[in-house]
Amino acid sequence: MATTTAEHHEEHGHPTGWRRYLFSTNHKDIGTLYIVFALIAGLVGTIMSVFMRMELQEPGIQVFNHLAQIIDGVSPEVAVLAAKNLYNVFITAHGLIMIFFMVMPALIGGFGNWFVPIMIGAPDMAFPRMNNISFWLLPAAFTLAVISLFVEGAPGLKGFGGGWVLYPPYSSNTGSPGPAMDFLILAIHLAGASSILGAINFITTIFNMRAPGMTLHKMPLFVWSILVTAFLLVLTLPVLAGAITMLLTDRNFGTTFFDPSGGGDPLLFQHLFWFFGHPEVYILILPAFGIISQIVSTFSHKPVFGYLGMAYAMVAIGIVGLVVWAHHMYTVGMSLDTQRYFVFATMVIAVPTGVKIFSWIATMWGGSITFRAPMVWATGFIFVFTVGGVTGVVLANAGIDRALHETYYVVAHFHYVLSIGAVFAIFAGFYYWYPKMTGYLYSEPLAKAQFWMTFIGVNLTFFPQHFLGLAGMPRRYIDYPDAFAQWNRISSFGAYISALGIVLFFYVIYDGFAKKRLAGNNPWGPGATTLEWTLSSPPPFHQFETLPRIKDVEH
Amino acid sequence: MKFLSLTARRARDLRAGILPTCFWLAALGAGAALADGIPQPGQIGLQEAVTPIAEEMHFFHNWVLLPIIIGISVFVLGLLAYVIVRFNERANPTPSRTTHNSTLEVIWTVVPVMILVVIAIPSFRLLTHQVVMPQADVTVKVTAKQWYWTYNYPADQGGGFEFDSYMVPEDSLKPGDIRLLSVDNEAVVPVGKVVRIQVTAADVIHSFTVPAFGIRIDAIPGRLNETWFKAEREGIYYGQCSKLCGQDHAYMPIAVRVVSEENYATWLAEAAKKFASSGAAPVNLAANASQDLERR
Repeated sequence: MATTTAEHHEEHGHPTGWRRYLFSTNHKDIGTLYIVFALIAGLVGTIMSVFMRMELQEPGIQVFNHLAQIIDGVSPEVAVLAAKNLYNVFITAHGLIMIFFMVMPALIGGFGNWFVPIMIGAPDMAFPRMNNISFWLLPAAFTLAVISLFVEGAPGLKGFGGGWVLYPPYSSNTGSPGPAMDFLILAIHLAGASSILGAINFITTIFNMRAPGMTLHKMPLFVWSILVTAFLLVLTLPVLAGAITMLLTDRNFGTTFFDPSGGGDPLLFQHLFWFFGHPEVYILILPAFGIISQIVSTFSHKPVFGYLGMAYAMVAIGIVGLVVWAHHMYTVGMSLDTQRYFVFATMVIAVPTGVKIFSWIATMWGGSITFRAPMVWATGFIFVFTVGGVTGVVLANAGIDRALHETYYVVAHFHYVLSIGAVFAIFAGFYYWYPKMTGYLYSEPLAKAQFWMTFIGVNLTFFPQHFLGLAGMPRRYIDYPDAFAQWNRISSFGAYISALGIVLFFYVIYDGFAKKRLAGNNPWGPGATTLEWTLSSPPPFHQFETLPRIKDVEH
Repeated sequence: MKFLSLTARRARDLRAGILPTCFWLAALGAGAALADGIPQPGQIGLQEAVTPIAEEMHFFHNWVLLPIIIGISVFVLGLLAYVIVRFNERANPTPSRTTHNSTLEVIWTVVPVMILVVIAIPSFRLLTHQVVMPQADVTVKVTAKQWYWTYNYPADQGGGFEFDSYMVPEDSLKPGDIRLLSVDNEAVVPVGKVVRIQVTAADVIHSFTVPAFGIRIDAIPGRLNETWFKAEREGIYYGQCSKLCGQDHAYMPIAVRVVSEENYATWLAEAAKKFASSGAAPVNLAANASQDLERR
């Protein structure tokens, strides 16, 4: 009897070294892998964006011609031609990397894996082995995307430079006959499969593995946000997979889904892409909403204001978000009634979004707010997200989108909600949970210094882009008329400041591990009421071997 | 419509006093006499409008949307500032436990709905004005190609010719040309007439855009899109291709010269002779499917 017990125990003794991570079925280890992966991919994406801002700092081509000689190995005579293509390849890769390999892995795979099971009082995810493959598909996808940069796309040029939207015919054999696009399609297929598997895992876990007493209406809002996100992923990613599979067969097997000469339609791809693409932006921002709700409540020392309204606002955003996709296509020649419908539906989303903003402020109202670094980031998030949100209301109107579509106004808008919004939430969540995940405290002054560098940097980068867009500067341009030079220069300086902020961020991580200031179970005090703060820091390899019982909490 | 454009123009005049855009426009007014439709250094607003639609767009953006979004942003910023000062742990050591206030929750749902209705009314009116096309006086067919535009003037309107319009490369710029915007052959249209633009593409998707006219319409292979404008002032108005179409995406500008009706007639006659020898085919919509991979 004793022997069997010992053997049984040994089976669950966890592997060490590289086996611990490669073969991991532990949600916290997999979460850590996701976060490390996101940090690496985020660094690559950031470096790309800095190169782009260096190029745009002055009119003319002065950076990418040198870069093309280094990356593509072209001779100086054709460097300018290669530079024009390489710039487009960079904007494409920057977009895809930041969305699929940075924000999604960080928020959903990283924080979701780490804290969804703990917050609902579960020992692990529902399908631990599937969790492992969900993660390990991502490095494979990333590798394919990187290979795509170095093989032929457009005739005689390397990489695919058609933007992350992958519109045919530029992405079909007409514009990019080389294999770069095929590699990219396969990369997105793998990243999509990874996300679908992860989403199935989250839905199953949240529906079936909640601790006794943890009803849906007692779940922390972060868990709600991941639940809604997972549903959006399951509903929309298969549509993207279908679209890019049709593109793949158009390219390789002679089908003509998107080719008008064979009865196809380039606009079919745009509809299918945006049926995924628009919910995708909510996939990126909803987990951010969840994190911000946890942080605001914790540091205000108050429960979330209007909990049910907050949870169902996210559900509403998710549902309405599924039926607004063609507001990305106002200029393709849609009928008047189609445009009217999409204007109306898009504006509806502003209502639940407003509910969230005001509920966060109401949570802070009357609170006793401790402005530790996560709370500073969260407060910054609320402001920049508002700015990005109101320009979204402007763009929702087809009549004025006619002037702003494909200009820097759009770039400014979506960077305010994603590059600044979602990324602020990632930093907020990172500092919020850093003591829990590592057991160490980060340096408060350094974390705040990083906030201010980033806050000033990103606003300097993206606010002037509104002006550029209103004045008519098209996006995805390596060179621009000289009149746009002033705001572009300021925008570039802002980007350099934010980039320095990223360097500081990596130093803060290093500093936390080097100084080893022990965090204790709950460094945030009585405001931190979710279950992760009842565990040790870092939590045991397997938590909740005896399930916690959830008492009534007031909402 | 008439009333609206009048209101819009009054609004634009009002704006002249407050927005620095107009300072730049005034400062550069003399130099830009022949080229109204260009961005100005340091510009922070929309390019000057020369069509009734663009004026209506300006009114909608500058006098409906802009005040609302600035108001909302400042309101949220103010609330945040108040909360930071009033409810930090030093100022307010004991937190309240309030988590509900039905009145407040109804207000912050209903008020945004009302704001959206205020936006929606002029928005839908503008949209209808843009999309419902009046009877056209002149039709120009535009075919986008990697990386230039082909303008086709139909025979039944005194045309029957087509010509290509390329950007003037940087080393061939003449004094007065604008880098990245000037082209070798501008499209020419008469002032004060409704011009219908029909747009398609021969290879990949491009987008025909002229900010001063308030128009933007995608050029898609296999489709014939159309839009319209009625330019109210003579001049040269520039735009740039607005759908990523490959390595020279930034190097296929659009230039439309608006001239008086007499000058238009003269130009039409000259152009018919000049471009007749180019061997241009007559208008043939079917030839524009995507298999027509015409390259330079």
